[in-house]
Amino acid sequence: MSMELLGKKTGMTQWFDEEGRAVPATVLCVEPAVVVGIKSAHDHGYTALQLGAGEVPERKLAKPVLGVFRKVGLSPRRHLFEVRLSEAGEYRVGQEVGVDVFSPGERVDVTGTSKGRGFAGTIKRWNFRSRPKSHGHKWFRRPGSAGMGLRKVVKGKRYPGHYGAESVTVRNLQVLAVDPQRRLVVVKGSVPGPRSGLVRIRKHDA
Amino acid sequence: MTGMDELIQSLEAQKLREFPEFRPGDVIRFYEKISEGARERLQPFEGVVLRLSGSGTRQMATVRKVVAGIGVERTVALHSPKIEKIEVVKRNKVRRSRPFWLRRVARIHKIE
Repeated sequence: MSMELLGKKTGMTQWFDEEGRAVPATVLCVEPAVVVGIKSAHDHGYTALQLGAGEVPERKLAKPVLGVFRKVGLSPRRHLFEVRLSEAGEYRVGQEVGVDVFSPGERVDVTGTSKGRGFAGTIKRWNFRSRPKSHGHKWFRRPGSAGMGLRKVVKGKRYPGHYGAESVTVRNLQVLAVDPQRRLVVVKGSVPGPRSGLVRIRKHDA
Repeated sequence: MTGMDELIQSLEAQKLREFPEFRPGDVIRFYEKISEGARERLQPFEGVVLRLSGSGTRQMATVRKVVAGIGVERTVALHSPKIEKIEVVKRNKVRRSRPFWLRRVARIHKIE
């Protein structure tokens, strides 16, 4: 397991790599996190860091969550999450963890919630082929046959239904640049979700 | 929080390259770094700007010249690190933002 931080997808642009090629790039704005708690093998059965990210007014949090921050004397954070980390013991409560954990050239995995597409047909959802819109055709985007007369529909048959708005991880993205001042990470390729969508950025395990 | 687009713009601003301003219709010359194995050389390309597109580091220009009677158009990423230098050779006044009619002008290098 490796270090993971929360961030926001800022948008996409283009970046020039070492060889001068223009590559597609996504800019992510990392929320600086603070260590709220440390889980140890002795007390909890596993080692992890409990991190909080994003300032938030107290009234926005439930009392029990607020208590977690009160106990360690930290201002409340919007997101509270855990990162399994074998070297969790080396951190202190209250320590800040920011963009500088990422460095250019290294690989990261990015998890986000994909754009919701509502109730989608088989063409968008399962990449079925559509039929000609003219030349005497009657159905253009309908799913077609459900099976071969088994008096039932086979399990897993691909049908229209809800699509998108699910957790998607893109692995092994190359970090092109890190801007500690603006807390930005530029990553090669695309990342799931809309702009300003919340993403988790994790160092890629080899 | 700063607007999303502003953040990207400020990030791109660090990567912007300096070159003289020019407009469509102007004649420019740019020098592209070409690496042949270990050796690197500069290849110039001079021609009329037919189109400017994009903004920030993504700005591109379409440049046309006529070589041995054959029209050659190159679309060049102006802020690419492969572009060593850009010079304005001649400024022309055209009214269009995309003077494609220049393609039908035979003496394209001589226009005013």
